Amino acid sequence: MKFYVPPQLKRLAIAFAVFIVLFLVLRKFLVPDSFGQYGHYRGDSLADNALPEIHYAGQQACLDCHQDIEDLKAKDVHARIHCETCHGPGQKHVLSGEASDILKPDSREFCGNCHGKNAAKKPGTIVQVQLSEHNTDKKCIECHNPHQPWEMKE
Amino acid sequence: MGNEGVKSSRRKFLKSAATASGAILGYSLLKSSQYLVYAAEPEDPNLPWYGIVIDVEKCIGCGACAKACKNENDVPVEPFFFRTWVEQYTVKNDGSVEIQSPNGGIDGFTQTVPDEEIFKSFFVPKMCNHCAKSPCVQVCPVGATYDSPEGIVLVDEKYCIGCRYCVQACPYGCRFIHPVKKVASKCTLCYHRIKKGLAPACMETCPTGARMYGNLRDKNSEIVKFLKEHTTQVLRPNLNTGAKLYYNALSSEVR
Amino acid sequence: MESSYPHLYEILSHIQGYIFPNEIDLQWGILIVVYPFITGLVAGAFILASLERVFKDKVLKPTYQIALLTALSFLLVATMPLISHLAQPQRAYEIMITPHSSSAMAIFGFVYLWYLMVVLLLEIWFDYRHSMVVWAEEKKGIMKWVYRILTLGLNDISPRTVSWDRKLGYIITVVGIPSAFILHGYVGFIFGSIKANPWWSTPLMPIIFLFSAMVSGIAMVMLIYMAVSYIRTRTLDVNVLDAIGKYLFFVLILDFTIEGLDQIHRIYVAEESFETIKLLVEGKLYLTLFISQGLIGTLIPLGVLAFLQFYKGKIKLRKTLYFITGIMVLIGVYSMRWNVVIGGQLFSKSFSGFTSFKVGLIGIDGTLMAIFWLLLPFGILTFLLWLLPPWKMVPEVEE
Repeated sequence: MKFYVPPQLKRLAIAFAVFIVLFLVLRKFLVPDSFGQYGHYRGDSLADNALPEIHYAGQQACLDCHQDIEDLKAKDVHARIHCETCHGPGQKHVLSGEASDILKPDSREFCGNCHGKNAAKKPGTIVQVQLSEHNTDKKCIECHNPHQPWEMKE
Repeated sequence: MGNEGVKSSRRKFLKSAATASGAILGYSLLKSSQYLVYAAEPEDPNLPWYGIVIDVEKCIGCGACAKACKNENDVPVEPFFFRTWVEQYTVKNDGSVEIQSPNGGIDGFTQTVPDEEIFKSFFVPKMCNHCAKSPCVQVCPVGATYDSPEGIVLVDEKYCIGCRYCVQACPYGCRFIHPVKKVASKCTLCYHRIKKGLAPACMETCPTGARMYGNLRDKNSEIVKFLKEHTTQVLRPNLNTGAKLYYNALSSEVR
Repeated sequence: MESSYPHLYEILSHIQGYIFPNEIDLQWGILIVVYPFITGLVAGAFILASLERVFKDKVLKPTYQIALLTALSFLLVATMPLISHLAQPQRAYEIMITPHSSSAMAIFGFVYLWYLMVVLLLEIWFDYRHSMVVWAEEKKGIMKWVYRILTLGLNDISPRTVSWDRKLGYIITVVGIPSAFILHGYVGFIFGSIKANPWWSTPLMPIIFLFSAMVSGIAMVMLIYMAVSYIRTRTLDVNVLDAIGKYLFFVLILDFTIEGLDQIHRIYVAEESFETIKLLVEGKLYLTLFISQGLIGTLIPLGVLAFLQFYKGKIKLRKTLYFITGIMVLIGVYSMRWNVVIGGQLFSKSFSGFTSFKVGLIGIDGTLMAIFWLLLPFGILTFLLWLLPPWKMVPEVEE
């Protein structure tokens, strides 16, 4: 006995088959090549994420030219602080060598970010200054050499 | 008789075939269900598996990290988009807790509560926890955010559709939609730097060495030694995110 | 600098307590409120249609095709608020070609397609096939070809084939009920599975979404049935309204009970987020939760519907009451979507502060856009009712 298949089912089967084939063909073209290379993501994205230019050159790049400053710093409490903590992103300066491409912050507020008095700073770990009371008419660096804070000027 | 033997051996064969296929099916179901729960799989053992330590005791709230992060990663300067930021917690004598993070701490902190009312106060730097079972990776519908083989949670900016589901799923508030690129954005542990052998910008600039990253697989690495010698804690451990950002000396008020 | 993100600076001044800095920019706006609302109407309308077919509730017969076409009109629009809300809408296709197996959202494309193609379109096709063949014969010009294409070129209307339309349609309806449950339960799961958000993260979320969907869908079909009768100047059959009202009443009771359970559980276990959520519902959500969703959308309609179960008096009064109740219920369900979607984003995941949300009028994420997506289905429905008028169908032959 021949198995009866209603005619509408045959039509629908064709319609669905066309739809599914279309979908699969489209999918073939749309999925990026490196997708699934390492996991459920575009493998090339790893390289994309490694691509951006650096802005901070890293301590070693500073030492290549400024070993003298490092030697000064080594004698005092700022020894372990990297140059770019205060001088900002240095890659541009490393590449150009121009003094104008590096920051030289000198405001009281800038020093205050670390040394301003705040109850959240553990006593004894860092020197804290009440900015509103301590030599308010002067910049910090008029007395303190930022590379050797306790080597007072004058 | 012979016919019977054939029949029973056929039955046996069918039986074992059914068992085998059942086992395979069961195994693959189990495996896929694990896949559903844990987005990340243990990766190549030859590669590093990165973790981060933040020592709350050392943080002085200078905000150098948050500022450096914005400089390094072209994060918009407006105070609504941060890959890392610093919070100040102030627990008052009456038990109430005040938290602040003005501009993510980039401009430093001003003490808002007078000394005599303070029970204790401390800074907590925040950044992506690079979870091993990241909720954000789990929910991304297209695979535009993923665990790199080194265990760093990254975003594929060319593939992200901007549905913001990952932002909702992150319990730590570490993600945002980049207002210019119009894709999800977050800390990459400065993937572009560590691939060049440089430290992440926040760690490069931290004056007190409050942050540290390293290979959790290398039992001799500094980070593993630190974890061994200190009592550390992750944020929101109840959510089982597999956070790989370990805090030393974390106070219970921190969320 | 302030000019770049004026709305964010404005929110900055409305923050209470402490929120993570990235939370100031609220992620899901009014379009994501509209999305589950529309999807809910689809599921609800379909389930009402199925009641007639599977449970042979003959009184509901006049609403059957209207319910199906309503479901289709809303389903066609359901994805639009989602897609238009994407930051990269041109990449939306990725969700179909590389769906991430662990993502609740990724499966939406397939659940949606299944529901559209396998359930709704097929059911409507089987239902209308006989009529469309006849219409293709009667009409001239373009319309003849439209109907011919819609029949997929099959013009077999022999009694045997037509009887198969009915059988197959019945099978699809039976498959369709769990599909409708899955479609909307699944929308609830998108929210319920976010463990980072205690306002969303509850296993009851899919069930709550499902029942509120049924409530809204049933109410919407009731209103559309009234409107269609009015526009076609036919007498509105109050018995049909009574039948729909009965279902609405029972589903609303279930919906209310389950949502109540969820809240009672939340209050009793009082997890770490409890204090924050308490402040949220007593403050920023007070109007939309207690007044709009609770009182207007649930308690008053429950009272009125209970009254209408016994009151069989003045027909005019009953019709008016059903009309008002339908609108109130829709307002309630819309508020429920709002409370879930917006409410869940108003408090910080640090549990120590709140942000605020102000919906703009214009823009891709504005009120006008939301209203557009809410009105578009009615335009589609009008077109569908014109293309496939239920009242001109070839009458079914009773076996």
